[in-house]
Amino acid sequence: MSVDIEARDVWKSYQLDDGEALPVLEGLSLTVAQHELVALVGPSGCGKSTLLDLLAGFQRPDRGSIAFAGHRVERPSPKGILITQKGAVFPWISAWRNLTFVLDGLSEDERTGRARHYLELVGLQDFGSAFPHQLSGGMLQRLELARALVVKPDALYMDEPFGSLDALTRLRMRQELLRIRREEPQTTVLVTHDVDEAIALADRIFVLSERPMKIKRIVEIRIDHPRSMADPSAVALKASILRDLGAINE
Amino acid sequence: MPSRLSRVSPYLVVAILIAAWWAAVRVSGTRIFPGPWDVVLGVISLAKEGVLVHHIAASLMRVAVGYFGAVALAIPLGVAMGWYPPIYRALNPVIQMLRPISPIAWIPLAILWFGVGNTSPIFLILLSSFFPMVVGTIAGVHSVEQQYIRAAENFGITGMKLLRDVVVPAAMAQIVTGMRIGLGVAWLVVVAAEMVAIDSGLGYLIIDSRNAGNRYDLVVAAMVIIGVIGFCLDVLMRRMELVDSVRWRYVR
Repeated sequence: MSVDIEARDVWKSYQLDDGEALPVLEGLSLTVAQHELVALVGPSGCGKSTLLDLLAGFQRPDRGSIAFAGHRVERPSPKGILITQKGAVFPWISAWRNLTFVLDGLSEDERTGRARHYLELVGLQDFGSAFPHQLSGGMLQRLELARALVVKPDALYMDEPFGSLDALTRLRMRQELLRIRREEPQTTVLVTHDVDEAIALADRIFVLSERPMKIKRIVEIRIDHPRSMADPSAVALKASILRDLGAINE
Repeated sequence: MPSRLSRVSPYLVVAILIAAWWAAVRVSGTRIFPGPWDVVLGVISLAKEGVLVHHIAASLMRVAVGYFGAVALAIPLGVAMGWYPPIYRALNPVIQMLRPISPIAWIPLAILWFGVGNTSPIFLILLSSFFPMVVGTIAGVHSVEQQYIRAAENFGITGMKLLRDVVVPAAMAQIVTGMRIGLGVAWLVVVAAEMVAIDSGLGYLIIDSRNAGNRYDLVVAAMVIIGVIGFCLDVLMRRMELVDSVRWRYVR
């Protein structure tokens, strides 16, 4: 498999108000293969969101380089769409218009065709004329996903995408994401604090340390989908990751 | 039943006020100040002569021209000031200095510049409704949530399309609030503007009724009509807040 995302020796720090520098990344390197789903789990405040911002081009590293498919990432682009927990579906237009709006420069037929396809893919084909405030939390996240996919990105960057959903909806969204990935796989980096979610979805899990962030361990998951959390290897995996994170004792 | 009471309570308040007015006129035995019924008769006589419609139309026309002129200037300027910090830094002090000057203070200058035709009151209305709308639009643009701007950036939406299709709709709820306040102020000022020197409009009607033989019944009649029309305009503006593309602000 070819490499899509390649971060090499990335440094990033923030300037605090009192003039001191807050180091977030000190020489971090990672690669993500094409169509792979990598989950980042780590203590809160360790810089996961900063890393995702850097990968998606919303921030520039102080040092080091970030490339996608061999090209340096300089700024955000429709090639890599960032989805966050906050949700950024435009609330002033309908679900349908949210999809067609981001498809600039395409023919009318192409836009309609794609919008229809992706609304259907996430199961919202009957809600095209609904406004976001009329949709439930889970439907909103699916709309957000459809809007990301409609521009046919090469990568998805997901920052706690299901974090604000209730437990049941969160489980459903995992299944949805897996189903969509079977039909149209994207290179995906998923930030999550939910180890179960990481084990359920990821091809590899990067376990991260406190700030300044280091990759403590890379866990490859070879359990077949659909994965059960009751599977003995899943249970063992979860325990070892939680141990790495300091959430349970030895 | 509290819900029923709360539904009739506005009418009740109006009824009590009219009753108190009537009683005060009766008890004091005043001969100059009109009672409620005198005012009703005054409205009817004006309506019969056809001058009432004429005055109302004149006032509404001036407000419409001045107000929409102000909308056309204030909203683009407010968006530009809210979005581009250099423009904000350059213009904000001037705006904040001009804003507290009462429109009344501009009357002499308006007459000097535009004479006593329709232009003076229209200028005063435009000026007074301009500021609340600029300020409301700036505040609206400043409070646009960052995640929408980032999403637009992510999808490669830039320049005018970003302003027109993301920033303005995201700020629309506050822009509409500014427009509501602006319209209220425009209507408030029409009377003062027309009191100066014109021969039509509700403001003119008030001054003319007093000067032409102390017709206080007509003065109060004009006041009541101004109040009712102002109320109706506000109800119309509130309707705009119910449009789906604006309402999302109030739902979540």
